[in-house]
Amino acid sequence: MMPDLGRYATTVLSAYAASVILILGLVALTLWQGARMKRRLAEIEARAKGLAE
Amino acid sequence: MSIWEYANPKKFMQTSAWVLPWITGLAVATLLAGLFWGFFLTPDDYKQGSTVKIIYLHVPSAMMGIGAWFMMLAASLIWLIRRHHVSALAAKAAAPVGTTFTLIGLVTGAIWGEPMWGTWWAWDPRLTSFLILFLFYLGYMALWGAIEDADTAADLTSVLCLVGSVFAFLSRYAVYFWTQGLHQAQSLGVVGGDRVSNVYAAPLLLCIAGFILLFVTLVLLRTRTEIRARRISALLARERRAA
Repeated sequence: MMPDLGRYATTVLSAYAASVILILGLVALTLWQGARMKRRLAEIEARAKGLAE
Repeated sequence: MSIWEYANPKKFMQTSAWVLPWITGLAVATLLAGLFWGFFLTPDDYKQGSTVKIIYLHVPSAMMGIGAWFMMLAASLIWLIRRHHVSALAAKAAAPVGTTFTLIGLVTGAIWGEPMWGTWWAWDPRLTSFLILFLFYLGYMALWGAIEDADTAADLTSVLCLVGSVFAFLSRYAVYFWTQGLHQAQSLGVVGGDRVSNVYAAPLLLCIAGFILLFVTLVLLRTRTEIRARRISALLARERRAA
């Protein structure tokens, strides 16, 4: 299945590895920040609602 | 219905919540299909050997590194002219995505350049303007982080974005202004130049579409996070006033 990359195998695979790591890192950071902010907003809105009542 | 309705954070949150699952699925499918096609199903180039497979990451990421800045420019202009907060937050949200794509373009370019040009880096007009664009991204994010008042930060980062657009423009067109340099003009195009063969162009176009969709997905997600962060700041300020 794996294509024969010949003498440039390390070059090609390192380019793909670096890109995948950077993209997955960005996606993970985006999801983590989003989830954290959503949770924090829910807490603060619940507190604000409690104060209003 | 006007496009300016989406400047309302509530409307933006509603619409983006509906759009996100679809666009995320489309982005993943397009990107995986393009990369699979390019990596596994295309032949080696007669000159560059298997390193040609780097094109499926390098070209789309470099295009989106530049494209992201132009999107930020449009959003910044909307902020400066119409004062819509969502546009300022969208520009802020796009910066880390553009930075990552620019970094991928720089890294894959260096890895590709070493066996093809015999060097990791050259002070070529296109490479240099692209590096300066990357530094502008870092400066843009640092400026957002350095200013406490959100509107002032949006104003100043918008001005910085206008200035940085020169380098985004140069990154794209420097090869036409300066004829020296290692980097070729364009990989895809309708006129002349060192265009890639159709064997590589079809999966490359799919990868470009995948990167565009990934960019839109991430910017929507991050803009939603920024809107929530803005709402948290407003609620905390209200609590402090009430106390």
